[in-house]
Formats: sequence, structure tokens, C-alpha cells
Amino acid sequence: MGNFDRSMSLAGEPPKALNTSQKLAVVTGMTGMGILILQLFNLNLGNSALWLSISILAIFAGIIWFSQAAYAHKQKGIKNDGVWFKSISSRGVLAWMAGIALTGFYIVLYFYPEYLGLVKDGDNMGLIALFDPLSKALSGNPASQWFVYGTLYTVAILAFGAKFLWKYRHNKYEQLRTVSVMFFQTAFAFFIPEIMARLNGDLPYYDLKNMWPLNYYNFERYRINGFIDSGSVGMTMLFFGIISIFVISPFLTYKYGKRWYCSWVCGCGGLAETAGDSFRHLSDKSKFAWKVERWVVHSVVVFVTLMTTAVIYSYLGNDTSKYWLTKTMFISGVAIILTAVFAWVMIYKREELEKDAKYGAIGYFTIIAVLLGMHFFSGNGSIFIFKAETLRTTYSFLIGSIFSGVIGTGFYPIFGNRVWCRFGCPMAAILGFQQRLFSKFRITTNGGQCISCGNCSTYCEMGIDVRAYAQKGANIVRSSCVGCGICSAVCPRGVLKLENGPEKGRINSKDILLGNDVDLMDLVNNK
Amino acid sequence: MEHIVIIGNGISGTTLARHIRKLSDKKITIISAESDYFFSRTALMYVYMGHMKFEHTQPYENWFWKKNNIDLVNGFVDKVETDAKKLLLKGGTSISYDKLIIATGSKPNKIGWPGQGLKGVQGLYSKQDLEMLEKNAPNNKVCNRAVIVGGGLIGIEMAEMLRSREIPVTFLVREKSFWNGVLPAGESAMINEHILEHHIDLQLNTNLEKIISDENGRAKAVVTDKGETIECNVVGLTAGVTPNIDFLKDSDIELGKGVKVNRFLETNVKDIFAIGDCAEQHENIGHRRPIEAVWYTGRMMGEALAQTICGQKRAYNPGHWFNSAKFLDIEYQTYGWVFSEQSKKNTEQHFHWRHPQEKVCITVAFDNDSHKFLGINTFGIRMRHEIFDQWLTENKDMDHVMTFLKDANFDPEFYTLYEDEIVAKYNADFNKNISPKKKSWKRIFSIA
Repeated sequence: MGNFDRSMSLAGEPPKALNTSQKLAVVTGMTGMGILILQLFNLNLGNSALWLSISILAIFAGIIWFSQAAYAHKQKGIKNDGVWFKSISSRGVLAWMAGIALTGFYIVLYFYPEYLGLVKDGDNMGLIALFDPLSKALSGNPASQWFVYGTLYTVAILAFGAKFLWKYRHNKYEQLRTVSVMFFQTAFAFFIPEIMARLNGDLPYYDLKNMWPLNYYNFERYRINGFIDSGSVGMTMLFFGIISIFVISPFLTYKYGKRWYCSWVCGCGGLAETAGDSFRHLSDKSKFAWKVERWVVHSVVVFVTLMTTAVIYSYLGNDTSKYWLTKTMFISGVAIILTAVFAWVMIYKREELEKDAKYGAIGYFTIIAVLLGMHFFSGNGSIFIFKAETLRTTYSFLIGSIFSGVIGTGFYPIFGNRVWCRFGCPMAAILGFQQRLFSKFRITTNGGQCISCGNCSTYCEMGIDVRAYAQKGANIVRSSCVGCGICSAVCPRGVLKLENGPEKGRINSKDILLGNDVDLMDLVNNK
Repeated sequence: MEHIVIIGNGISGTTLARHIRKLSDKKITIISAESDYFFSRTALMYVYMGHMKFEHTQPYENWFWKKNNIDLVNGFVDKVETDAKKLLLKGGTSISYDKLIIATGSKPNKIGWPGQGLKGVQGLYSKQDLEMLEKNAPNNKVCNRAVIVGGGLIGIEMAEMLRSREIPVTFLVREKSFWNGVLPAGESAMINEHILEHHIDLQLNTNLEKIISDENGRAKAVVTDKGETIECNVVGLTAGVTPNIDFLKDSDIELGKGVKVNRFLETNVKDIFAIGDCAEQHENIGHRRPIEAVWYTGRMMGEALAQTICGQKRAYNPGHWFNSAKFLDIEYQTYGWVFSEQSKKNTEQHFHWRHPQEKVCITVAFDNDSHKFLGINTFGIRMRHEIFDQWLTENKDMDHVMTFLKDANFDPEFYTLYEDEIVAKYNADFNKNISPKKKSWKRIFSIA
């Protein structure tokens, strides 16, 4: 009884020790990691290909063995036993250590790749050199820090994906979705771009499943030139990049909600769902966090729109005889599109927005309108207060590296696994906007069956207070919902279901829940 | 301004308060000695199992109450003075009320077993019970074995909780098969199997004789009516609950097992009402028992009484019966009435289907002569509440239910569906020729 600890939870501290298999599995996995870490100190182990294979295999084996030891002897079903008692998954010492280590890794990766062994104009050393054989086998080029990162990222998604599949083996939705993110990461983010680089050296590295504004750099001058110079393949890719924003993604989001992307395709989502699954319950569900989320994520969208407009604007010309797309044409086009979206929302979808969202939208729209207007009054190059290049580097530093990598992933063990998706991802915000305003998707609540237990809210990685809706019997049509389906999975009463149904009646709310025999019309009329 | 005082901050009292606030600006006070803020009692097990922290079981953030002008008082009501319209709290403070609502819920049954007062012997109902279990059974070193007595929903939850910390559990069940007073035989048998799969030592047909004490007054073993002595450190008594109304014994309020109320949830004393587990109806409503210790009925009474208190007098008129539970990994839902073999009438006939490998089954009850659909139990299949509610209201027959069964499925996407097999078995059992209709959103949404 000495270990009765109220600080962790009402229920103190039960056994949290690993079983023998799990301990051995940890040793195996850590050996694999150890090889990588040794390389950081430039310890030359000789045969890189062999040691890299051993390292990656050991990491794989360790994680899969661990999962087997954790779940194989249990009945299939939700097994979150002790999640809040384990140091790693309850913001304990291990969580902080992991968070600091991951954050440190990201800082080195983004800003000091030379410490990983990256050598400009020469042979790589250390960790990056270890990955050279694999990189050469795939693309013919030596490895870069991004190749190292991409490989480890893919390994993490595959190995922890296997763990996820084991843990949720009773749930086909979770299984299919996980196989899907594992596939898209391995094929689209890892192998295909490398192989395309080998086939056509001038083609920019292009992860086809990434779309603007997540890949905010896609319309920069060097990429556009790369696409154009690569002939029909490049032009197809450029065209694909554009229709994926304006056609493919709105259509799929209309049919299935934003989950088709965030939980089935996206690499950030892929890592969050697999390696991040042990941290999903750490997201903040308070109303305060929700307010912060709305302001931050929408500001990021405005910023990325401004930035991309400025970047494209900066390399367009004014001479109609030389360019079919001139600065004026482009800027007018952007203004027309933004106005059309704004007008459509304010005219037809007004009722679906919260008051602060309306003020925010009007405010942001005014800013954009003013900035666009400046185009016609100022000289070339700096239509915005800042130079396009300043905007781009600021975005790339603040959002592209610090937010998406350093905080987004590094802080998994502290703030949960979807910090980036929830607060920072402009793509998720745009898809969420579509999901909220026009989509067949919703989470249906089952009549009067909710017991307000709170499992759904606790395990919502996006910090949605699912229970608040379920206990009112209201469908959940939140723009942040990525459709991971875990709320439905952990619900002990079968109250929640992800559905693509008719749009009519999607947003509902009930005065009295099902079960009480009252004449609802009578009740409403008597009010 | 009228002062509404609610004793008890469980689902009934809280629902009542919220709905009164929606409908009026009356002064509302909720008194509880159990916890400062409303929490979901049904979720206590997940706190012990480490799925959630206690704060996660609280559906509203702490600022909610002040913002909605609902006063919370942490106190224990000793006495109700109905003439003076006053409550006396332990410690001497008093609170006067204009309308009083008793929503004090239940407490675990103690049937009079020898040794039931020993240390290490406990029920599982309140937050304090959970804290006690944490002290009694923090791990399998302090608690080498636990014995649970009573084969109901709390018993199996307690077994699941203890097993999550790998504490050996012996489960003494008086009946021949788990919960067979409520469940039909096939379902009860399936749960028996599932309990054993979880390495719970299920002893059916076994009663507790006495609990034996060690030299410090702690339970050290139990003796069963089969003469077996089982050493253990914790004894869980989960043989049902009774209304928690001892503090009303000396008052003018009419009591039976619970607080006696009419269909308007009024007691015999003007301006005093009772809702939830502690309320006892004078007469059964339909097949319902006079006292229903069920989450949903507590909530529904809160909803109904709020209307009455806010000036639209409305009887408590529960619709079609429904309930749900989870037996370890098997989810259970029920809509309408499916009685066990022990309690069903001759006119009630059952159709039972069970999956050959998985722990999935359903039982549908119907009237023998008219084939009218009476109710359904589902295990491992989720069903849509609205659909069954509608079918029960419209008195649909079995053929209709089977034909449109696919509309009622509420399982997550991509799950294996069993309706074709279920209907095939129905056709075989009753010599029918029904082909199930494809799921139709149009039909579903004309109801939901």
C-alpha cells in the first residue's frame, strides 16, 4: 500500500512492469537504435549495408515482439489497461525524456544536419553515411538527412502500424485504415519519389499524396521550372498538384469527410496513428484549448495563402506578350476565388458558423483584400508589406520546421499525437472547413444510449469533447475530426458510428433524448 | 426566487439541474458528500483499469457550474424537516428549500453474511468504494486473490477490473448460469465461456457461507456452501443495490424500499420529489420494476421532472425499454423486452442465432400467435436505437424485422455483417422464405 499515489489518478499505481518477453523485445529494439546512435559518434563499423540492415531489422523485431507480448495472449477487444499508469504514456519521466530526445533530434535534423554526418561536396560520414547504400540502391544518389529521416519515418509507421493492427484486431475499420497509411507512406512517400528521381533526374522530389497547402513549397519557382523542364511527366505532375486542391480533395471530402486524407493517406497522420497511438489520450479537451485551436489553425491557413500568393506573384511578369499568366491576372484570379468562397459561406452557410468564426472570417478577408489591393498601388516585387521571400522563409521556419516537426512530433509524449494536425496543419484546416460546411460525413450518436463515461473524449486525439455531443444525442460534425474512428471503438455502449449519410439532417440536436416518451412537437410548441 | 435543492449529484440530479436551468432561472443547489463535481459512475471501473483519470469521468469542466449558476454544496444531509422545509447537514449547517428533490441513488446490498463487516470486504458503487479498492487491491502482491460474490453487472465489472491488474479472481455466482435471471440461456452460456476465457475462476451454483477473519480483523478467506475455503485478501460484494435513503427514516416522507413516488415523481409530501435509483413507483410501469437502478432511467426521470418543476406538469412516461452493458469484451444492447426462460410467459417465443466461432449472438423475442416483435438482445453487434424504437411503436412483426434488419445495424464501417446468416437461420427455424432488404439510408433517415 506504500505505492498509493494520488497524483497520478484516483486509482494509485498498479503493476506496470513489463513481462519478460517485453523486456527482451525492448533490448532488441534498443540494440537497433544503439547502432544508429553509435554512428552519430562517427564510429566506423565497416560494412554499412550490413549494419544498416541489422539495425533496421532489430528495431522492427523489437517493436513487433513487444506488441506480440502485449496483445497476443489477450482476448481481442479494447485493451487500454494501465495507459495512465505507465510513465511513457502519462507524461511521466520516460515521456519527458522521449519528448526531449525527439525534439533534440528534430532540431539537429532541420538545422544542424552536419552533426548527423552530412558533408557538402564530399562523402557523408556518421549516421547519414550508414544510409548511403540504401539511398544509392534506390535513387542512385548518396543519402541526405531527409533520406535518413524518411527511412526511419517509414520504419516507424510500418513497425508501430503492426502494433496498431494487433491492438485493434477486433476492428476492421482501424485495420484497413492502418494498412492504407502504411501503404501510402511506403509507396508514395518513400519508394516512388526515389525511383522517379532515378528515372528523371530533373524532376523535383514529389510525394504525390501531399498537396498544397501542406506542401506549401509546391508552387515555388524552382519547382515549377523543374516540372516544366521535365516535359509531359512534369506537366502532368504540376497539373495533378493543381486539380488535387480544387477538384479531388473537395470531392472526396464531400463524400467521406476529411478522414480520407488525414486518417487514410497523410504521412503526418500516419505517424500520429501508429507511433503516436500510445499518446492519443494526452490531447487537451478543454474549451480553452478549442478556442486556441480555432484561432491558430485558421491563422496558419491565411498565412499560407498569403505566402503562396506572394511567392507565385514574385516570379510572374507583367508583360502579356511573354507570359500567359501575368501578375495582374494572377492576383485578380486569387481575389476572385477568395471572394467567391467568402461570399458562398456567408450567404449559404452562415448558420453553421460560430460567431467568433464569422468575425474571424470577416477580419481575415479584409486583410487579404487590403493586401491584394496594394498590388495595384505599389511597384513590383513587394505587393505585401513583407517581401515574398521573407514570408516564405518565415513560414518555412515557423510552421514547416518548428511546428510540424519539432513541436508536432517531438511533443507527442506531452501534448498528444496530433498537435500538428490540430493546431498547425493548413491542409487539415481547409479540409475541415469543407467537412464542416459540405460533406456527407458525421459521427452519429445512438439514440439515448450514452452513459457519459468519457472514453470517447479521453481517446480523441484531436481534443474534441465527443461526449458533450453524445450525451445530447447530437451528431458530431466538427471540422477538426479526422475520422480515426477510435471514439467509436472505445465506446463501451456502441453509441458512436462514423457515417457518410445524406446531408439533410446531418446537424441535429434534441431537446429530450430517445427513451422518454414525450411528444417532442408538443414540448417545443409549449416553450 | 424559488429555491430548488437537489440531494445527490449523480446522473438524475445533474440532468434535472441542467434541464431546470435550460427552462428557467430558478435558484438551484445540488448537495453531495460523495464528490465535488458530477462524474459518471459507470466509468469508475476505467479509472481503476488505467484507461482514464478520475477527472475524465467528469462530463463538465469545473467552471460549468458557476457559469450556469448552479450552486454545489459538499455535504451530507442528516435530516429533512418537511414542515420547516429545511435540511440539516452533518456539521450543523442547514439549508432551506422551496422544492426538494431526492436523488441519492443506491448503496450496495449487504445480505447479512457472517464477516461482511471485515476489512477488505467491500462493494463497488461510489467514488469512496473505488478509493477503498485501490487500497485493498493495488496489485497482485498486496491482493493475492479476490473473491467476488454476486453474478450481476457490477460483479463482472469488478472481476474485469481486478484482472486488469492480474489479480486472480474467483467469481461466486448463485445461479446455474451467469445472469440467467435476465438473459436467455444461450446468451448466458456464451458469457460463461467468455468469463472463463478471461481466466476468471467462475463458480456457478455456489453461495457464500461466511467470510473468515485474520487476527487483525481483515478478511483472509471465504467459505462456500460447497464446503470449500478460498483464501483471499479482498471480498467484493456485488449482490445488487438498494436505495440509499437511511437519512429519511425519521421524516414524514413515505418510504418502501425506496422513496415512494407517483407517476409525477411526487412523494407524499408536497414539494418533495424523488428520482433515479432511490425512487420507487407505486405501481409498475409496463414490464418495468418499481425501482430501476439504471443510468438511463435516472436520466429520463431528471428530464421529465424538470418539465414539471418549470410549470409544465408532465408524468414520467418512459418509452420502450432499452439498456446496454459490456461483459468484458462483449458489448450488449437490448431494445424492447426479451425475458429469460425463468420469467417469460408462454406466449413469448425466442429466435436465437449465434456465430459458430465468434462471441456474437442475438435473441429476438416475439409473440407466439401474432408474431409481433417484442424485443431483441444483441451481443457483439451494435444496433440503431431509433430503428427499434420505431418498430416497437409501430408493432411490427418478426417478418418485417428480419426483412429490414440491415437498416438497424450500427456496427463500425467494414465490419463483417451477419444479417444474411441470421435471416437464413430464421428461415430455417420457422420455415419462412424471407430475403433481407439492402440497407437504405432513405428508410433509416425517415426515422432517425
